[in-house]
Amino acid sequence: MLKKIEAIIREDKVADVTDALAEIGIVGLNMFEVRGRGRQGGIQLVGRAGTYQVTLLPKIQINIVLSDRNLEDAIETIRKAAFTGEPGDGILFVTPVEDVIRVRTGERGQGAMMYPGDIDSKKNG
Amino acid sequence: MNPIDTGDTAWILVCCSLVLLMTPALALFYGGMVRRKNVLSTLTLSYIFMAVIGVQWVLYGYSLAFGADIGGFIGGLNYLGLTGVDASPNENYAKTLPHGLFAAFQMMFAIITPALITGAFVERVKFKAFLLFSLLWATLVYDPLCHWVWGQGGWLKQMGVLDFAGGTVVHIAAGFSALAFALVIGPRKGFGKSPMEPGNIPLTVIGAGLLWVGWFGFNAGSALAANGVAVNALLTTNTSAATAGLVWMLLSWLDGRPSTLGIATGMVVGLAAVTPASGYVTPMAAMLIGAVAAPLSYYTMRFRERRKLDESLDVWACHGISSTWGMLATGLFATIVVNGDGANGLFFGNPIQVGTQLVAIGVTIVFSFTATYVLARLLHASIGLRVSAAEEEVGLDISSHGERSYS
Repeated sequence: MLKKIEAIIREDKVADVTDALAEIGIVGLNMFEVRGRGRQGGIQLVGRAGTYQVTLLPKIQINIVLSDRNLEDAIETIRKAAFTGEPGDGILFVTPVEDVIRVRTGERGQGAMMYPGDIDSKKNG
Repeated sequence: MNPIDTGDTAWILVCCSLVLLMTPALALFYGGMVRRKNVLSTLTLSYIFMAVIGVQWVLYGYSLAFGADIGGFIGGLNYLGLTGVDASPNENYAKTLPHGLFAAFQMMFAIITPALITGAFVERVKFKAFLLFSLLWATLVYDPLCHWVWGQGGWLKQMGVLDFAGGTVVHIAAGFSALAFALVIGPRKGFGKSPMEPGNIPLTVIGAGLLWVGWFGFNAGSALAANGVAVNALLTTNTSAATAGLVWMLLSWLDGRPSTLGIATGMVVGLAAVTPASGYVTPMAAMLIGAVAAPLSYYTMRFRERRKLDESLDVWACHGISSTWGMLATGLFATIVVNGDGANGLFFGNPIQVGTQLVAIGVTIVFSFTATYVLARLLHASIGLRVSAAEEEVGLDISSHGERSYS
């Protein structure tokens, strides 16, 4: 089974998270710049005279597709690297993925996800 | 003997350029405070005056403001097309400068004043209506008012009003016209519901810095000579801007953080406040003028926000209110020790000057507000002042000018 993690995190934690993922063998990923809010509903900024509420804040969404046997490791790694303990640390969504096709080789499914030095090869040897 | 003083002439030539620079500076100052879809539009609203007034002033504007007096209210048509405005001095205005230089220096003031008003209606004004309004405003409001205060025979000038560099003619007139226009055109779509965040504060900060530099030409140049009064005006200008910047920083800090936009705004407020006083008061009086101007303007902004009035970039608070205080302060702190051609104020034994200043303030507020309100209403009822809701949503850069700032 393949899973997708959408990790919406602080902009300034992106390098920490991608480094930590690479450390455990998850290199392939992509990311979006997104705007969003959590339960605080945004933050206050200072204007010309006084403050105002900004309801949507810039965040980075990192997308990772991986085998579900590696899911918990990835989640733990991302959580640890993205953590500050303050509101605004972000949120992770996990969804199932139907299939994966590599453009260059035509490989499909789990096979398309394997590469030397990936998380499975690290675990196994 | 040739009456032209080369030192004076060289200095005012430089000041002319400095004051011209203030219009692009204002464009940046305003351009940074609007949303990114309206930056080009906002820049154009200011820039266009270098073209519009650059022509209007030569054709007839200068003549209406400074031509032979008609009843104290308007200049005659004797300088149409700058006829007779040449290399020899005009005894009434600047004895040591070529008359043409005086006309050019005054043109720069006529350019920036209507540009100041544009802060009231950015992000929603219809360009065609704006052009028409601007030409009418320059002709029916600025030129007469300029004549009353600075023109030979002008009725406020004869009353002994002290307005060194344009507290009434420029800042109060622009500020209260902005208020009137904003009341007529109404708020931007979504105003009060979602925050209208400044799109590029660095532009605004650069603009404020260039305005400060240009203001040396505006105020020190208004001495119309390279002399001690000019030096005093430069010092008072700098002192007021510095003080107001500091006080605004503190006010903003008390309400949250020391905001960059706030500090830049405070500096401009200090500059506007000291403008009428700059050539008549001491640097220490200027410090007080700047210190009081900042909270006055700051809390006027807060008041405007509470009233849900979309005078978008606070021309009224920054220029109208602060310069009203500056005009009054001139009546309090003016001293002939600084400028022998001026007068003493209340604190130097001449309480009557306060009354004179109040008349000038009142007349300028009532005249500029009423005339602008009527003009704007007429245009709104005929050709309409606003773009359509769809054009406003897309942004004026695309819908009015067919361009975008960032691609």
